[in-house]
Amino acid sequence: MREKPGLLDYARRWPLQLWMWLVGLFLYAPLAVLVLMSFNDSRRTTQWRGFTLDWYRKVFEDAELVQALMNSLTIAALSTALSVVLGTLAALALWRFRFPGKPLVDGAFSLPIVVPEICMGVAMLIFFARVMPWPPGLPWPLSLGAIVIAHVAFSFPFVAVVVRARLGSFDRSQEEAARDLGASQWQAMWDVVIPHLRPALLAGALLAFTLSLDDFVITFFTAGPDTLTFPVKVYSMVRFSVTPKVNAISTLLLLFTIILTFIALRLQARAETEQKH
Amino acid sequence: MTSPATKQPAEPRRTIIEFRNITKRFGPVVAVDDVSLTIEEGEFFALLGPSGCGKTTLLRMLAGFETPTSGQILIDGRDITREPPNKRPVNMVFQSYAVFPHLSVIRNIEYGLKMEGVPSAERRERAEAALAQVQLEGYGDRMPDQLSGGQRQRVALARAIVKRPRVLLLDEPLSALDAKLREELRFEMSELQDRLGITFVMVTHDQDEALALASRCAVMHKGSLMQVATPADLYEFPASRLVADFIGSVNLFEGRVEEDDHDHAIINLPELGIKAWLDHGTGASETVQIWLALRPEKVELHKRENGEGPPDMEGTPKGYNVVKGRILDVAYLGSESVFDVRLEGGKRVRVIRPNLTRWDQEDFSWDEDVWLGWHAEGAHILLA
Repeated sequence: MREKPGLLDYARRWPLQLWMWLVGLFLYAPLAVLVLMSFNDSRRTTQWRGFTLDWYRKVFEDAELVQALMNSLTIAALSTALSVVLGTLAALALWRFRFPGKPLVDGAFSLPIVVPEICMGVAMLIFFARVMPWPPGLPWPLSLGAIVIAHVAFSFPFVAVVVRARLGSFDRSQEEAARDLGASQWQAMWDVVIPHLRPALLAGALLAFTLSLDDFVITFFTAGPDTLTFPVKVYSMVRFSVTPKVNAISTLLLLFTIILTFIALRLQARAETEQKH
Repeated sequence: MTSPATKQPAEPRRTIIEFRNITKRFGPVVAVDDVSLTIEEGEFFALLGPSGCGKTTLLRMLAGFETPTSGQILIDGRDITREPPNKRPVNMVFQSYAVFPHLSVIRNIEYGLKMEGVPSAERRERAEAALAQVQLEGYGDRMPDQLSGGQRQRVALARAIVKRPRVLLLDEPLSALDAKLREELRFEMSELQDRLGITFVMVTHDQDEALALASRCAVMHKGSLMQVATPADLYEFPASRLVADFIGSVNLFEGRVEEDDHDHAIINLPELGIKAWLDHGTGASETVQIWLALRPEKVELHKRENGEGPPDMEGTPKGYNVVKGRILDVAYLGSESVFDVRLEGGKRVRVIRPNLTRWDQEDFSWDEDVWLGWHAEGAHILLA
């Protein structure tokens, strides 16, 4: 006798199947439309008039847009590097040491994860306007300093969380073994702890990078007139009209993040097979 | 016991390690309590005790992973109490082996030499030699996750001995392996120590392991040393009930000395309702309680089914060292049989009888009335 399908035996139950398709539709249909329309030979975005790569050419002809994209990538790269270093150091400190007020420090580190972005944005605005104005007129990329600092502030806690979780699975006797075999504390850290953390560092970096790349709110409050980032620029373009140019550049960005994620996942999978006992 | 012949130090040796009044506190907990101990060069020394007795803490202080609260540790007469682990002439095999998962076997073994700055050609050569010494030739390019537990243990061993340490530390080296492999590695390790001539200090909670491997053992309990002796002395001449009970199994009877001379002593054993005869004096006061310790294999079983009288025990006047009992339970273990015997007073005694012929196991059975007896030299007196 065939067994009655269980409650979660989704393949045999049409409501569950339908549900799955609907979720897929709402998640990916807008993206699919966006990609499709970037190849549309029409100024209007609603009607299909034939295939073209014109919009992609136009993207690269728009110096301001390219500059915004370059700004965004530079900010993302710098803030990722800083976030990984700071986040890892924070995680190591919280993992290794016991000190008075540790829970407080722990909470303070993860505060930026829960603070509403708009509050962070306003806070950054006030900070850079009143407390520590970023000198204007600096050459690029120094002019991006304020935004980089703001991005590090909200993305390093994410790195710290990921790295700390990974540290939980570290066998401390490995570090002791390195010390026992003649390594100084730094060497042991570098030779044994960091290799163990590699997947987490990668995941943390990826997180920090994407967070920075598409951050709008905080950047909006800290960006000056000559430090436009990509999301802010797109926002200002969309205020006039959604042109296929916006579709094209969004598609490029989408492709870029997908490739990045793919590389990161591959590296992580390799690291994990190496680490497995 | 699977022990190979007990190794006795052939000649007086040089002291290599000295613990001087070592105390270690973790907050309010005293992990090691005023331990003083010397270990001689070339010894296979075991720190033995139940978990939480402080043996691992003592070893970790020797390796440099913990600092004593007070006291000194000397190696070759040099005070190393506060030296960091990477400056000490000791190397350790960790309980978890701690083989670096991201390095190949050969690079694991080379790691310590690299830290010393040994040039890479010599490094490779010495690492290969160490690999051969633990019978892992040809495994150099494997990654640790491709090795079995026993092989990882050997890698850990090779990684430590390749540094040619003055002292090799072993933290429960065999505890994570299955019984068969454990036995195999026990002999291998003993042989390796003979070959290298390095002083080994091992921590274990497994008394079989300690007896089988060590030339000398320290039994620890609640942070203190209970007794330091050769395995045979620990077993045959334990210093206290605690040691007697921890090493092997033992029958303990409360008693009081009645007569004490240089060549014999008589002990009254009220629990058994008989008197025991010893072939040596005890030096114990007649007013204090003492304990008679009797190992199960030192007790003999004799027939009593058909009204046989008490047997004569070697070196003992008639009527001493024999007591009536009844077999409650028999466990046949192949090489020997273990009997649970109840005495007339209700006291239970454990008896082990080797099955020397193939029919020996049929000699005694359940619910049989027997005489229990032991020789004048079979029992040991404990004062504490």
